[in-house]
Amino acid sequence: MTTDDARTLIDDVLREIAPGMDDPAGLAADADIRDALELDSLDFLNFVEALSKRTGRRIDEDDYPELATPGGTAAYLTGQEAGRG
Amino acid sequence: MAEFRMPALGADMDEGTVTEWLVHPGDEVTRGTIAAIVETDKSTIEAECFTPGTVGTLLIQEGTKVPVGTPLATILEPGAVPETAPVAAMPPRTGRGSEAREGAEREGGAPETVPRGPGVPEPVKVEPGRTEPGEPAVEPARPEPVRVRPRPKRVRPASGKPAPARPAAVSSPLVRRLARERGVPLARLHGTGPDGTITRGDVERASPGRVRASPYARRLAAEARVDLAALPVSAPDGALHAADVRAATTTPGPRAQRTTPPAAPASTESAPGPASAEAPALGAATAAPTRAAQEAPTAAAPGNPRAAPAEADKDAAMRRAIGRAMARSKREIPHYYLSATIDLTRALAWMREHNRRAAVSDRLVPSALLLKAAALALRTEPALNGTWADDRFVPGDGIHLGVAIALRHGGLIAPALRHADALALPDLMHGLRDLVERTRRGRLRGSELTDGTITVTNLGDQGVDAVYGVIYPPQVALVGFGRVAERPWAVDGMLGVRPLVTATLSADHRATDGYTGGRYLQAVARLLQRPEDL
Repeated sequence: MTTDDARTLIDDVLREIAPGMDDPAGLAADADIRDALELDSLDFLNFVEALSKRTGRRIDEDDYPELATPGGTAAYLTGQEAGRG
Repeated sequence: MAEFRMPALGADMDEGTVTEWLVHPGDEVTRGTIAAIVETDKSTIEAECFTPGTVGTLLIQEGTKVPVGTPLATILEPGAVPETAPVAAMPPRTGRGSEAREGAEREGGAPETVPRGPGVPEPVKVEPGRTEPGEPAVEPARPEPVRVRPRPKRVRPASGKPAPARPAAVSSPLVRRLARERGVPLARLHGTGPDGTITRGDVERASPGRVRASPYARRLAAEARVDLAALPVSAPDGALHAADVRAATTTPGPRAQRTTPPAAPASTESAPGPASAEAPALGAATAAPTRAAQEAPTAAAPGNPRAAPAEADKDAAMRRAIGRAMARSKREIPHYYLSATIDLTRALAWMREHNRRAAVSDRLVPSALLLKAAALALRTEPALNGTWADDRFVPGDGIHLGVAIALRHGGLIAPALRHADALALPDLMHGLRDLVERTRRGRLRGSELTDGTITVTNLGDQGVDAVYGVIYPPQVALVGFGRVAERPWAVDGMLGVRPLVTATLSADHRATDGYTGGRYLQAVARLLQRPEDL
């Protein structure tokens, strides 16, 4: 998975869990996802759950801080893939 | 005869709009059957009927806004045949005093549904209330029947001669229509209803392989991307109802089906039935699964301009509704306020351990622990759990937490998490996620808006330290949780850094005194020190 692929996936998931909010594709790579899209803790859990399902990967709670921004999430997803590949 | 009335769905509701009927004349309803979709100033609600029986006449057409308490439909004895049934089986009479018309006159605007003109050669099926919003109500000049379904000629067994008045004793015109749509020859059916009449179930049994489902069940299935044909039917009428779809989509988790790849929308399957008229609506709702949550109510009634006011109007209506309830609260309820700071070290450590082992879908958030503690503590302080009515406290019939849920574009709704004190944490968590999801999609049931016995608001995600809420009348207390944050805290004579939360209580001084409120907050704090027992 490339960084662009990851970002597309992230944006898709965000659109799904926070419908009607600003288009996530417009978020800067270092924007705080929760603040920008006004996600509460349940929304964020939905975000993690959807990412986990789409990628087939387990995402631990300890990893949540890495998912704070689109860039961080993309790095997390691609980095993990490279590490396991 | 009983009536299904516009329900009062909370202190902030004066009137509501029936945007969609989910039952029709002749349908059996039981306690809790979702009879209509009602739009209020705040949300779109599934309105339940609490009188078991048979739907007689729909008195209000879709798109009509009426005050709380207005009769919406008549409910006949269980098994009764709506008045429209014999009409459909006999030549029409003009000027008959049907309930539909009485209702129409009483409500001043329901449609005329009686066939008009003497030249109608055949029985005509009438479906009161099943009209398209926005159509002119009556056009007396037209010789043709107004707003009637296709004539039943094609229904009749092909006999080559003029159809007899009663080719088969059928319990309702809907059954006749169902038979036509299924291609089931009525003459061959064996009626199991009263006096050997053919019932809907008889037609269902004679037409295997087809899925009959309520329009709402179809929509739910489409949203959840569930194949209707794969679902078990629980109702005796052989049709899939929303409850069946829910049963299939809420286990194991409310989101179980959410992220499956989009399948062909359920609306494309060829399953004609009473639902067929709603197929376009379903398609419209399905076509935009990612539309804004605030637009969901609009999606419930496409093509109905009255049900889709501009966003600004809706926001204004939401503010007015909240304003009414909160002004009443501040006017009538003498609030007192208490707060307590609670150390969450143990609770959060326990939660992290739980989440480490759990699948993502079973993970907990701190809110779930706080809600559970708030619910359990009410067991020892029941005076805070209930409502104030007629100058006295009425204890709640259970501990049903109204959970304040912010809508994405402003406003809030506090639907009830029923018997929250008895829910295991994972169940409470699922219930909470389901409630939030449905609140934002406009899929709450009416009872969920009225069952709350206390409200809990958690503004921790917004970063506030504490929230002193306004009680939602007629409840007598509101619990608030602020942000969980690490702060200096004295432990065993030493200064430590601990995750703390400020819990607050706003309570009605008519029902309790500060002493009771203080004991309650202490109980919440104590419970959170034993998270394994929550």
